[in-house]
Amino acid sequence: MAKHDTPLLDQLESGPWPSFVSDLKRQAETKPECWDILGQLELSYHDRITHWKHGGIVGVFGYGGGIVGRYSDVPKQFPGVEHFHTVRVNQPSSKFYSTENLRAICDLWEKYGSGMTNMHGSTGDLVLLGTRTENLEPLFWDLTHDLGQDLGGSGSNLRTPSCCLGEARCEWACYDTQELCHQMTLKYQDELHRPAFPYKFKFKFSGCPNDCVASIARSDFSVIGTWKDDIHIDQAAVKEYIAGNYPANGGAHSGRDWGPFNIKKEVINLCPTQCMWMEGDELKIDNSECNRCMHCINVMPRALRPGKEKGATICMGAKAPILEGAQFATMIVPFVKVDKDNEYQEVVDYIEKAWDWWMEVGKNRERLGEAMQRVGLPTFLSVMGVDPLPQHIREPRSNPYVFWKSEEVEGGFDRDIREFRKRHAM
Amino acid sequence: MGYDPQNPMAGRITDLGPPYYGKFLPPIIANNKGKWLYHEILQPGVLVHVSETGDECYTVRAATCRLISVELIRELCDIADKHCGGFLRFTTRNNVEFMVDSKDKVQPLLDDLKSRGNKFPVGGTGAGVTNIVHTQGWVHCHTPATDASGPVKAVMDELFDLFGSHKLPAQVRIALACCLNMCGAVHASDIAILGVHRKPPMVDHERIGPVCEIPLAIAACPTGAIKPGKAEVEGKEVKTVVVNNDRCMFCGNCYTMCPAMPLADPEGDGIAILVGGKVSNRKSAPKFSKLVIPFLPNTPPRWPETVAAVKNIVETYAKDARKYERVGEWAERIGWEKFFEKCNIPFTDKSIDDYRLAYDTWRTSTLFKHTNATASYTE
Repeated sequence: MAKHDTPLLDQLESGPWPSFVSDLKRQAETKPECWDILGQLELSYHDRITHWKHGGIVGVFGYGGGIVGRYSDVPKQFPGVEHFHTVRVNQPSSKFYSTENLRAICDLWEKYGSGMTNMHGSTGDLVLLGTRTENLEPLFWDLTHDLGQDLGGSGSNLRTPSCCLGEARCEWACYDTQELCHQMTLKYQDELHRPAFPYKFKFKFSGCPNDCVASIARSDFSVIGTWKDDIHIDQAAVKEYIAGNYPANGGAHSGRDWGPFNIKKEVINLCPTQCMWMEGDELKIDNSECNRCMHCINVMPRALRPGKEKGATICMGAKAPILEGAQFATMIVPFVKVDKDNEYQEVVDYIEKAWDWWMEVGKNRERLGEAMQRVGLPTFLSVMGVDPLPQHIREPRSNPYVFWKSEEVEGGFDRDIREFRKRHAM
Repeated sequence: MGYDPQNPMAGRITDLGPPYYGKFLPPIIANNKGKWLYHEILQPGVLVHVSETGDECYTVRAATCRLISVELIRELCDIADKHCGGFLRFTTRNNVEFMVDSKDKVQPLLDDLKSRGNKFPVGGTGAGVTNIVHTQGWVHCHTPATDASGPVKAVMDELFDLFGSHKLPAQVRIALACCLNMCGAVHASDIAILGVHRKPPMVDHERIGPVCEIPLAIAACPTGAIKPGKAEVEGKEVKTVVVNNDRCMFCGNCYTMCPAMPLADPEGDGIAILVGGKVSNRKSAPKFSKLVIPFLPNTPPRWPETVAAVKNIVETYAKDARKYERVGEWAERIGWEKFFEKCNIPFTDKSIDDYRLAYDTWRTSTLFKHTNATASYTE
């Protein structure tokens, strides 16, 4: 593969941010197809349009997803990217790696592919970017046999679940996100590898309402850690924050002089439910009025902690705008225990109720959230076996168009018009 | 044994699932999982987490391009082998994290990263701009309206100072999606850089029959702009589709379903800027990003218009917002009319919603502030 001139891309080698162009050029020394990646990208920069063909179904036997087919629309010019399929590799929960494992993946990819990766794709998979069709089965063999690893998902299936790092390093994790993510991924391998759903379905597991894995924004089944008892307060630490000895928000604002810490302005006044106050030098929280937004805890991590009775809130139905508009996940289950000892039965029950229903009624390419909008939240709640609660809504309906059922109304719906007419002349 | 193409099912193993994360936890993490008490960001890009046991985990966070070579991953491994006992991790936003178990190991690690030029800038913590979540763009995707890696590089070169510092009122999450499929949480970002098309699809009547299921193409359109039709190809009548251009809003979903309906165009495609989204529940509910600049051209390799627009919004927000206020919270407090005025962004009807649930975004009160936009009414 010849070296290409890349005058436009070369301009992205300067500047303080790391340059993917420089990285590609370095990789091209041992993987010359990278020159064709650069060459075609340069052409796209010149033409201001992509040069990848639409799709193309490729895969490995037995799986219906995990590999995204891709072909260059100018293969004679750039033979090194004539085929450029990507292989999604299911990442370890919250993307911890040993160098031994990463090096093995690098060696595998250097053998079978372009040498370029995405660490990571948006869903969370480790993406091996660019190989030819004939390499897919040998790569999959080596990946499974030698590395003991597997593909992630693509298509109308369960996509590869992902999670925040949770208890691994975060003091706010309300459940073991890594373990739940790992177990759910193992439990639902069939749903992940063999697309049988109306459309894609995503699990994302966050340990607290800060939601660092953006679960509420992009997952059909969003598990967000929470607690049901009181925020734990260390009053001695509160005093240290007030005295300016502990940095507010863990030092996140250290680059500007915002003035001395003011617990009233920065914590009490910013509480969305106004449930905090000082009594002398003690911070008080009316926990019955707390909606667990995490602000006060974020600001004073050494003084405030989530409660001890931990679990998760389950929200459902988030999606990006395509097709009917963007949705955040809707709160469905206010509190559920996340218990490994019973194999997360409570969580699993809700997943499977949702799937049973959605697989039945979901139209082609209808996301769960769109199906929820189509049938309405009252119907969806009854499908999920969840009693309707005021917590399910931000506000009650303002139109009075209530679908009463015949059995709910005295006498039912069947009436005799002739009896009616005897009493009421027209 | 190896894969035998003559015998493809022999020895095949499947459904392994991911490797058990537990074997990839550095000892400082494994020993203290679930026992962490608090954290502090010691300087931009350097965190310490303190455990009930007294152990401390120091994390150094550095940027990556997300699109990285195995050579670069091996370099990361070299660093992790030398300083971190052979472990590292990646974050949700494409940064890399190196963890060590004592403070004296931090500076050598920082020095090592610095010695490698600009490959691994340290930062991405606190009230700054961290790495930009982005998609494939022209490097790999078949539906993009813009590139991803290029604009990210251009924007982060300009905002680099904010990556390695904590100068902003709160964190600013920037995300880029190369098309409306929005792979990633672009719809809920402080600043979203979004590839958009502006020309309706062309219909390749010759190819549509062989490559598309026409009913799927028709059903793909959320505005009902596609209907069945007939065309003549080499003297023969073929089934095809017809696009009602007036109903098309260029979402590209038809092309996703049907390769014979391409819509990308060098002049038509470009970038829209949306602002004010957030994912967390902190202080206020999650918010969608709102479209404030409908179109900026694709001007590779450095997209100066997009870079300038993003920088302008960040700088205006930085000057005007209160501590802890996210971009969207700031805009709501001052009013979106003030946002447009302060950022000096011209307002057009393209920012007015006319899709599903549009009514929810209309101002149905007299509670507005006067800005230069209402000057013709107030002067």
